[in-house]
Amino acid sequence: MKVPTATSEAQLEQLRREAEINGRVSRPGIHPPNAPFPTTSYYELPLLKPPVWTWEVPAYFFVGGAGGAAAVIGVMARVSGSSPKLVRDARWTAAIAAGLSMPLLIADLGRPERFLNMLRIFKPQSPMSVGAWIVAAFGGASTAAVLFPRKLADISAFASAALGLGMSTYTGVLLGATAIPVWSENVKTLPLHFGASALASAASALELMGNKEKALHGLALGAAAFETYIGFELERKGVKTDLLLLGGILSGPLPLALRLLGVRRVAAAAQLAGSLITRFAWVQAAKESRK
Amino acid sequence: MAITGFLTDSTLCIGCKACEVACKEWNDVPADGFVFSGLSYDNTVALGHSTWRHVKFVEREPVTGHGGNSPAHVTWEFSSDVCKHCENAGCLEACPTGSIVRTEFGSVYIQPDVCNGCGYCVVTCPFGVVDRRPDDGRAFKCTFCYDRQKFGEQPACAKACPTGSILFGDLEAMQHAADARIAKLHGQGMTDAKLYDARDTSVGGTHAMFIIRGDERAYNLPSNPEVPTVHLRAAWTSAAIAAGAIALGSLVAFALTCGTAAPAVCGAADPAACDPSTAESAVPHRGRR
Repeated sequence: MKVPTATSEAQLEQLRREAEINGRVSRPGIHPPNAPFPTTSYYELPLLKPPVWTWEVPAYFFVGGAGGAAAVIGVMARVSGSSPKLVRDARWTAAIAAGLSMPLLIADLGRPERFLNMLRIFKPQSPMSVGAWIVAAFGGASTAAVLFPRKLADISAFASAALGLGMSTYTGVLLGATAIPVWSENVKTLPLHFGASALASAASALELMGNKEKALHGLALGAAAFETYIGFELERKGVKTDLLLLGGILSGPLPLALRLLGVRRVAAAAQLAGSLITRFAWVQAAKESRK
Repeated sequence: MAITGFLTDSTLCIGCKACEVACKEWNDVPADGFVFSGLSYDNTVALGHSTWRHVKFVEREPVTGHGGNSPAHVTWEFSSDVCKHCENAGCLEACPTGSIVRTEFGSVYIQPDVCNGCGYCVVTCPFGVVDRRPDDGRAFKCTFCYDRQKFGEQPACAKACPTGSILFGDLEAMQHAADARIAKLHGQGMTDAKLYDARDTSVGGTHAMFIIRGDERAYNLPSNPEVPTVHLRAAWTSAAIAAGAIALGSLVAFALTCGTAAPAVCGAADPAACDPSTAESAVPHRGRR
């Protein structure tokens, strides 16, 4: 609270006299930072454009990542002689995820009917181009792995897993190699972060389908531990939004604690939700943080 | 064909917006609505899908001595912004359809008949220039009047500029003109005049250069623009590590837990199933049980 003084009141009197006599006042008043004279920014308008991507893209990051990691789990389950149910579930998860990924990606295009223009060239320096080819090939291999007879299915599943490794990690490259500061500043973290998120969601989805293999629990536990570490790392770097925090808690410390206590199904549900929210949070963060 | 360039001189711009109008008219760019920004007299605000020239109104503390300014009035810097047509263009590198190409004039051009509106150029432009037009679905930006240049004409904005603030010509000639102009301005005492062409950054120089005064950030130009491809190595290395960890992690997880459904079935009950080397036989074996 300010106290009126002789000086302050004299100033007000003088201001009034000046306005009465001249019809205007000469004192500049108070300058808010950067206004009206821009110095270190242009009226604090953002320099960069926000992503134009709508919900389909982060939803695809989640679905595609989970499908890719599921394909990997399927192959590892197969070679280690796990139950046929797990192998079958993993392959179907990959195939259905691939089947969902395509329409999600096509729907986000400004000109969906031109989707195939993505496949007219291959451009290694464009993560979007590399990704388009990975998605297309993964879709083919994963579908073949559930439709073809035994030996051919196994070979297809192997191809699907190899591509699945790309599916679950390239989306981090896609975001990291951009001009958006909050993404490019975390360029090394994002592929690891998204990879762990994909692995956690795939293992959790398979657990919720009724597969009780300890390996799934182990993988989801490891991913939760890593996500907890990533969460602290992001916190330390000052990358924080409410949605990232929510996604982080659901992917990291909460399922970690639940799994150590043996509450696997609740943890699995949390990890699936956490993975989905995390992807939305990262796209949202770019819209909020552009400078 | 000669490599061409723009030299936009903010010390000559009078803020008439003839360039904005000329650009809209020649290129048939749709109107972007009546907007009152509340910031300065700039109601265009930014470059975008339907704004390929944008006159910025940079207000300054009163400075006497140049252009007859009185100490009581705000000093204006106007600067007509445009796509920078980078030497290493983020949008061009990122475009997955090959829609964005380098023309014979050295400019960066989006082929509208190829663009499928994926939106990746929007987030890979370090200058915030490219944008997707919502009702059309494709990305748009300055074409450097590629069609006009094909006929040996200068771009519409340069032709319409009444003060010579927008110069167009051979890139090298423009660079020389910039050096000469800046030397002249410095000689006149305008020592904060400088060239902005991002030459010392990973962008490697721009084909649209700007003469500005003082801090480039006041013009909404980035101090250190970076072409996003500089991040590729780190990003893919990280992705490879992540992929390796997922593959190895799941291999180890299944090998250690011997692929059994529950602890009761594992280990002692059937040691053969725990050996990864006999894994192939494990599935039919369990099927028999």
